[in-house]
Amino acid sequence: MRSSETLIEAERVMTICNACRYCEGHCAVFPAMEKRLAFAEMDLDYLANLCHSCGSCYHHCQYADPHEFQINVPRTFADLRLETYAAFSFPSFMAPVLRNNTNWAALSVIVGFVVIFTLTSNWTGGVTDNFYDILPHKTMAGAFGTVGALVVLALTLGVSRYWRSLDLPSPFSLDWKHVRSGIKDALSLKYLGGGTADGCTYPTETPSNVRRLFHHLTFYGFLLCFAATSVGTVYHYSLGWVAPYSVFSLPKFLGITGGIGLLVGPIGLLWLNHRADDQTKPTADGGMNRTFLILLLLTSLTGMALLLVKQSPYLAPALIVHLSVVLALFLTLPYGKFVHGFYRLVALIKYATEIDR
Amino acid sequence: MTPKTRKLDTLIIGGGHAGLTAAITAAEAGARVCVLEGAPKSHRAGNSRHTRNLRPMHQGPILSLTGTYGEDEYWDDLLRVTDGQTNETLARLTIRESAQSVAWLYRHGVHFQPPLGGTLHLGRTNAFFLGGGKALMNALYREAGRLGIEVHYNAEVIDLKFDGKRFEEAVVKAEPDNRSFQAKTLVAAAGGFESNIEWLKEIWGAVADNFLIRGTPYNRGEVLKLLHARGGQQVGDPKQCHAVAIDGRAPKFDGGIVTRVDCVSLGIVVNDNASRFYDEGEDFWPKRYAIWGRLVAQQPNQIGHVIIDSKSIGAFMPPVFPPIVADTIGDLARRIGLDETQLVKTVNRFNAAVQPGTFDHTELDGCKTQGLEINKTNWARPLDQPPFSAYSLKPGITFTYLGVGVNEKAQMLMATGEPSDNVFAAGEIMAGNVLGKGYLAGIGMTIGGVFGQIAGREAAQYALK
Repeated sequence: MRSSETLIEAERVMTICNACRYCEGHCAVFPAMEKRLAFAEMDLDYLANLCHSCGSCYHHCQYADPHEFQINVPRTFADLRLETYAAFSFPSFMAPVLRNNTNWAALSVIVGFVVIFTLTSNWTGGVTDNFYDILPHKTMAGAFGTVGALVVLALTLGVSRYWRSLDLPSPFSLDWKHVRSGIKDALSLKYLGGGTADGCTYPTETPSNVRRLFHHLTFYGFLLCFAATSVGTVYHYSLGWVAPYSVFSLPKFLGITGGIGLLVGPIGLLWLNHRADDQTKPTADGGMNRTFLILLLLTSLTGMALLLVKQSPYLAPALIVHLSVVLALFLTLPYGKFVHGFYRLVALIKYATEIDR
Repeated sequence: MTPKTRKLDTLIIGGGHAGLTAAITAAEAGARVCVLEGAPKSHRAGNSRHTRNLRPMHQGPILSLTGTYGEDEYWDDLLRVTDGQTNETLARLTIRESAQSVAWLYRHGVHFQPPLGGTLHLGRTNAFFLGGGKALMNALYREAGRLGIEVHYNAEVIDLKFDGKRFEEAVVKAEPDNRSFQAKTLVAAAGGFESNIEWLKEIWGAVADNFLIRGTPYNRGEVLKLLHARGGQQVGDPKQCHAVAIDGRAPKFDGGIVTRVDCVSLGIVVNDNASRFYDEGEDFWPKRYAIWGRLVAQQPNQIGHVIIDSKSIGAFMPPVFPPIVADTIGDLARRIGLDETQLVKTVNRFNAAVQPGTFDHTELDGCKTQGLEINKTNWARPLDQPPFSAYSLKPGITFTYLGVGVNEKAQMLMATGEPSDNVFAAGEIMAGNVLGKGYLAGIGMTIGGVFGQIAGREAAQYALK
């Protein structure tokens, strides 16, 4: 049991909102709230992660500052989400380290890997476009395999702790209809719409779909890049086709398309975050959101740079930096903004089971 | 013309739903329009900020509205709640014109949604704004911005200059010199006087000190007072207002919707003497809540206490403040400061008088008491399952009905009965023409929208002539 000020504030806010209900049409949070008369820790952890922080309920609130009720659902829930990420993360001691020092943590991981890769590189100068001439395949596979396994383990354990805390049954005993509905709502960012086709009130009070667009570019860009690596792995191990692949090959096509999304998306989201009303942001997130976006952006920037410096002596340093950035991104995934997607998904699945849709 | 003077076609005083509707309509007709809003931006739009729906006449289902709500049924509803204290011509005009108000708002960026949780009974008659009244007003202010309408916040009007029945100029308080706004036409949409406690006391006496004001603290009625002083016809009984019983712990102003207490029909209500004073089960709560403000206002210290037992928990909209809870009625009496013996006696007498029946809160179930001076005629169940909960009640004033007379062109009538050529009124400031007494959910916003459009249209037409 936690009894933080954030939880107490969230309970206060939800009690007032539940007596008002004007925002019920904006998203899933308010219909879920209306199913409850009291708000225990479990309910608040659930509602907080159901919130997409679209800002509609803040801009439309008759009780927002300067009203004495001081209602600010997006901020209250953003604060509580950060608390849930820390409370359920695995191993627990990692969360505060990364949350309070995200920029430094990411930077030191990048520098660390740059050093390790430089020391283990077989590159002796000269021009190549074969990555394995720069770093042996087993070094790359070893680094990514180890980091990947740690990340999957940490994410799985963290998210399943959250899952269990919400009193959800085992994923396999759920009605598949509900799971599908939750996944669909997550992938389509249904609740970044404010309840209408006009979109949500982010970054300003004027409704707009621009955040959904940039988020889609970021997320699907990330997925395409991930797919590119996965296809490459299959090519390498199953088919024996060894990189480098041509620009017209599937891994390159996926990587370049995804890379463009991962360039435009994070830049757009950083710009929106900069413009957005501070009132709708968490009180303090230790730069978690920005660090994650910058790491994504650096990943796509350094990845695209590899295409430009092909057949040049700059390929080796560029590759080492790119791989180090990707590893830093991966290592910070379970303790940074990335986890919001999983927590959101779990909350949306719970919502689908609750309203039986 | 000094720099402190603005010259316009149409000046709107009041930046709520009626005022912005008039402003947008006038600007669309080509008028140069300026809105004077007395509140700061954060509190703009008066009571419209706290609203959630309007009541449009409609043939067949439209948007979120189910079924049909025709002119005759609407008129009957209005006649019933006002006891005939309404101007039939203006009322029927409001009803007929309300048929296009939803479409008008939709065209101007307002979205609608099905009835909110706990308000299913309004699904046929009331169109709910997605996100509530502040969302609606934000949309209208954005529209005003697109149309180039000038909006001045914190603009307190301290004088209106008339030449006979013609408006010439409004004076707005400013440092170091007041500002003057001259316009060919004026639309007065500045609301009632419900947040002017001194004025309420002139009418109600000292008891008004115990009233809570559910809406904006900025509806002080200064513009209404000025219009009366310039010869505007007085319409409506100053004592009439929409008053509901709300939680006694609510803020003095601006508590809005959340302060309601919806469990009166499930329990009993006693005053500070621990005595019941009215039939709690007379009719469905949504049809009766508007009389309870007045009932509580007539009690000692203007306080009521609603008491329920654990059977009723979860059967009503959750209130914003937690109840006072105790395991015995005597203990509860002590905690809420009532005479223990007296409250126990009142509850025991009530419990003994409850007749057998099948409780059903969704219909007038006829579960009643017999033999009391004041019987409860529906939903009467003994208060016998602890813990017992109590909520205190105070009168919550939503808005006042005193206003200026208008004709079908929304022109303000002078005390002589003649219309002013260039002064128009819309919203709460003239709602008393249609609503002389009582209340019908959503009628305030309906009047504001309909007369806002008429006033905007007529004011622009006159100004551009």
